[in-house]
Amino acid sequence: MQKCYLGIDIGSISTKGVIINQNNDILYSDYIWTEGNPIDAVKRLLKSLEKNFDKEKYQIVGVGTTGSARKLIGTILNASIIKNEITAHAIGTISKYPDIKTILEIGGQDSKIILVEDKIVTDYAMNTLCAAGTGSFLSSQAKRLNIDVKDFGNIALTSTNPTKIAARCTVFAESDLVHKAQMGYKKEDIIAGLCKSVALNYLNNVGKGKKIKSPIIFQGGVSKNIGVKKAFESLLKKEVIVDENGHLMGALGVAILAQNEKEINFDFNITNLNFTTIGVECDKCPNHCEIITIRKDNKLIDAWGNRCERGAIKN
Amino acid sequence: MTNNIISFPHLGNYSIPIYYFLSHVTKNPIKIAPPITKKTLELGSKYSPDFVCLPFKYNLGNFIESLEEGASILLQAGGGCRYGYYGEVQCQILKDLGYDFKFVSFLDDAKLNPKTIYKALKSINPKLSKIRYLYYLTTTMFMINCLDKIENYIRLNIGFEVKSQSFKNLEKRMLSDFKKSKGVISILKKYRKYKKLFKSLPINKPKNCLKIGVIGELYTSMEQFSSYFIEENLAKYNIEIKRYTNLTYLLIKKQFNLKKLLKKARNYVTYELGADGLDNVARTIDLIEKNYDGIVHIKPFGCTPEIGAIPIINKICKQNKMPIIYFSFDSQTSDEGIKTRLEALADMLKERRKK
Repeated sequence: MQKCYLGIDIGSISTKGVIINQNNDILYSDYIWTEGNPIDAVKRLLKSLEKNFDKEKYQIVGVGTTGSARKLIGTILNASIIKNEITAHAIGTISKYPDIKTILEIGGQDSKIILVEDKIVTDYAMNTLCAAGTGSFLSSQAKRLNIDVKDFGNIALTSTNPTKIAARCTVFAESDLVHKAQMGYKKEDIIAGLCKSVALNYLNNVGKGKKIKSPIIFQGGVSKNIGVKKAFESLLKKEVIVDENGHLMGALGVAILAQNEKEINFDFNITNLNFTTIGVECDKCPNHCEIITIRKDNKLIDAWGNRCERGAIKN
Repeated sequence: MTNNIISFPHLGNYSIPIYYFLSHVTKNPIKIAPPITKKTLELGSKYSPDFVCLPFKYNLGNFIESLEEGASILLQAGGGCRYGYYGEVQCQILKDLGYDFKFVSFLDDAKLNPKTIYKALKSINPKLSKIRYLYYLTTTMFMINCLDKIENYIRLNIGFEVKSQSFKNLEKRMLSDFKKSKGVISILKKYRKYKKLFKSLPINKPKNCLKIGVIGELYTSMEQFSSYFIEENLAKYNIEIKRYTNLTYLLIKKQFNLKKLLKKARNYVTYELGADGLDNVARTIDLIEKNYDGIVHIKPFGCTPEIGAIPIINKICKQNKMPIIYFSFDSQTSDEGIKTRLEALADMLKERRKK
């Protein structure tokens, strides 16, 4: 029986899972949409992983979760480690690209930059306040232009004259886009301009003041958009790597981290259990903390969100 | 006039020494504003100009909640940045909202010193003698100093407590005890007692633990609610926290410090940057010299002096390979995002240590 480790990255838009062996090789992986329901997404993910999983040969002894729903899913799966996405992405990427210096990442709702030196994170930044230039912005604009977001990159590449689009803020970018469309600019020029504005916005916000050194890798859902990749290359005047497994790096990183934790015995049976989450508003003071309670088959397993003891929910 | 309830805005735990001071130099009942909650900030934001700095909104929220609970004399101080205009603008906003109150500013001609405070207090309590005023001003400063020393000890050790909440609970007990202080001797006794009690709390602290310096704007540094309890959250990752800003520093040490700061920062700064801008540049250099593991810089959204200091601090940190992260707080910040960044910082510093 070989030991292996499960890593799950539950993002706002997609949920990624990998199963790795002790040498950090990916044995199984999958990638599905979160569709606003992380618990259901993870159940679907586990079911599809289980289908190919060789139970005779392997045994999962560690589980890690990352991404914005890491705490919820980590609690449900009784994970050995729950880690923030910055650390997870860095560790996953460094394991594949040991001499990487810069990690650019644009996901569904967030974007981040991680600087690495000698396999160690030296600096990082994450977008604050606003989701300008992230995947959700691109997909909503794709809808407006009535094209599939998957074709975005290839259409952008056909343009020879990208339109200038205001890059600072999503709202400005959107009104600028409408304006440019009404002025009669070609669709592919607008799309190429949009890709450029995403890259520009990224470099001016999270990338501000950061020294971007080669080798550079570009990850997250938006990295599948070749238009944005090309825009980065032309703006940075450097080569940008996009790995075909780029979307799995977070899951891979947290699976690697799970190797150092105490061994557990993971069972796929978890997909048959019934989990419910209920939000409760504490009314003991004007803070009105939003407390999330998680129930497994109607039994409370955890609750969090309270700022003080008075809001603690116990069984 | 002596029946009118006095109130003032919160600033961390300093409501206790301020309460002590006011209750001895005036004859009025004193009301400490209700503890800051999300509602305080909502109220403050609702009636503030949108782009004003965050402490203004908290202060205004405190005033409104105090007025709702019956306060009718409001006190406000001021300082070297926009803080100097807070009083007048807040007074006008509250008057426009229809509240009836007397507004007393410790500032006179944009200056804040023992003389201007005395003048302001005289307008509430005309019989206040200079001797009484000076005595209680000194004892209050003494109490502030005692509390600051204990708070320093808490910051250094709270991340290593064996029993969770043991530091917080003792701190609460200490504050309610200090509130009942009488004179210098009772304060000194309490200080010794709690110093001993804090030192007897069991901690599990390794010799070379991670050390982080928290620098930045003064209000967000001292009022933990406004920084989403950043010190506590950082300490949780077994980190020792160092903070320079406290009232002892601002009210006493700072005025003698200018030359020293300029000397320390001479390679980067020639003049003052306003408020604590220069202080934070010098602190950055100090933390690097003392081999700290990392720096966290915090400020409220729109704090001009700190915006001026950040590029300089960034340059110093780059040159010296000092890890630093910046937080800018406003009324819309989500605490999940802050926790994610703090955890990543702790991970990064731990990895660096391993090398």
